[in-house]
Amino acid sequence: MIINGVTIDETFAEAFGMKATRVIITALNAKWAMISAQAMTGFATSVIACGCEAGIERVLDPSETPDGRPGVAILIFAMGGKSLAKQLETRAGQCVLTSPTSALFSGLDGDVQIPLGKNLRYFGDGFQISKKIMGKRYWRIPVMDGEFLTEETTGRTEAVGGGNFLVLAQSQEQALAACEAAIEEMRKIPNVIMPFPGGVVRSGSKVGSKYPALGASSNDAFCPTLKGMTKTELSMDCESVMEIVIDGLTKEDIDKSMRAGIQAVCDLGKENGILRISAGNYGGKLGPFHFHLQEIMA
Amino acid sequence: MSALTFVMKQRLDQRVDMSPLVCNKLEGMVPAEIAKIELQNGKRKIRVDELFRIKGSDTQNIVIEGSFSKLDFIGKQLEGGSITIHGDVGAYLGMEMKAGTIKVDGNTGIYTACEMKDGYLEIKGNAGDFLAAALPGNRQGMKGGLILVKGNVGERAGDHMRRGLLLVEGNAGDYCGSRMVAGTIAVMGTTGRYLGYAMRRGTFLLWNQPELSATFNDCGKHTLSFLPMMFSSFKNLNSKFAKNSTRFNRVQRYGGDMAEMGRGEILVKI
Repeated sequence: MIINGVTIDETFAEAFGMKATRVIITALNAKWAMISAQAMTGFATSVIACGCEAGIERVLDPSETPDGRPGVAILIFAMGGKSLAKQLETRAGQCVLTSPTSALFSGLDGDVQIPLGKNLRYFGDGFQISKKIMGKRYWRIPVMDGEFLTEETTGRTEAVGGGNFLVLAQSQEQALAACEAAIEEMRKIPNVIMPFPGGVVRSGSKVGSKYPALGASSNDAFCPTLKGMTKTELSMDCESVMEIVIDGLTKEDIDKSMRAGIQAVCDLGKENGILRISAGNYGGKLGPFHFHLQEIMA
Repeated sequence: MSALTFVMKQRLDQRVDMSPLVCNKLEGMVPAEIAKIELQNGKRKIRVDELFRIKGSDTQNIVIEGSFSKLDFIGKQLEGGSITIHGDVGAYLGMEMKAGTIKVDGNTGIYTACEMKDGYLEIKGNAGDFLAAALPGNRQGMKGGLILVKGNVGERAGDHMRRGLLLVEGNAGDYCGSRMVAGTIAVMGTTGRYLGYAMRRGTFLLWNQPELSATFNDCGKHTLSFLPMMFSSFKNLNSKFAKNSTRFNRVQRYGGDMAEMGRGEILVKI
């Protein structure tokens, strides 16, 4: 398959099941809601070492938030329910509770509820106050700037993590410009995040390593400087490869997001140095969810 | 199917225990069976059809017409459905109700909604003493649900209240929220003496400055972000509480009762 001179490889991206939740941070103004959201989603690029993958889903208008203030929606993904709950609680406690004027709410209804303010309330040292509004319990925790308002729990849902595609370009600048264009379009799709810095990862990995202690290592087949030294996947005119990783609440959400991103890259086309779109295919070893690039772009 | 309607035929001298006539107890019964139910009337029993003319058959939608202040225990332990009452009612309306809706267009007697667990109760007139309170000797009053009173409430409203919302458009009598454990009481009118006497936790929302006991301390002026959320939860009520003009988020906060646990708060609009 070729779109605007860009070859779409006949391959698939592999993804795996995760647990996810959405929370909403609000603040006195959009600036401070974003600061708190950035803190909460910091160091959350990969479950490999961060414990969770988190990102800003979108900025919310005051009319969309529970307390009518400017807000930000965040999605957090983890490999299991317990690790999700732990990550959520520590991040809420250190990044939102501490952030001036912030409030924290559930952004997802679900049969399974996990603590949001349920344990944070003890920070109030007995001065915390519970209020049940429209069937939901909230906690008012006295803090030095007034009160921190938080919902007691948020919903947890099954989700999919690790959807991805690779952008192969003639130069680093062109690969980065294509990825930036893709991320801009992908951020318009709901229910997904691209957890890596700016949504883009330059150090894609393969499963396994020559060092027994490591479970993953550099994806040498896509490293342009190793073209003559390893079983490469790259042509001689390819100087740079970048990857976009997507976590979504459902497989369909990731499908939509990948389609929007790949289309944006292909719109730049061959004349902007884009050579191919490929994907992190681990021979079925990584996960049960397969995203066939050509099917997505059909 | 039209509402099961009880039309009052006679006003008895003695009080009547109406607790058998709730939706959950009448479910599946036809009017002929309902007519045979005996109600306690003073020291004797009286058949339902001696007291009421029965119309309709929808047992989950009960209407009482011509009610007066000697009909006690209406809606006791209601578990769902609705009861609409035209006229006044006696004591213990909605006692221990668990779900459903009760609406009264007159006044209610003492211990209205005492130990109510959940559901919605609306009173167009005034409510008697011990609204949403605990029965004598018990330690927990209202435990959930929402009560809206468009008129005034008597003394000791919310005594021992544990959880839930009590909204009063009019005035409240003395000892409002006494021995309150938690929950929210909102009073648009005036409040009497000894507001929140011995309250442990809980919130008062007041539109007028109360006469406060010495055991309540001023915590200063504040803008509280939970208030807009709480007010917006009232927006579907047929009440002054639903109006934007009555909302506020800036309050003078008083903490107390310091003679008790002292975790309660009185929030007064400023």
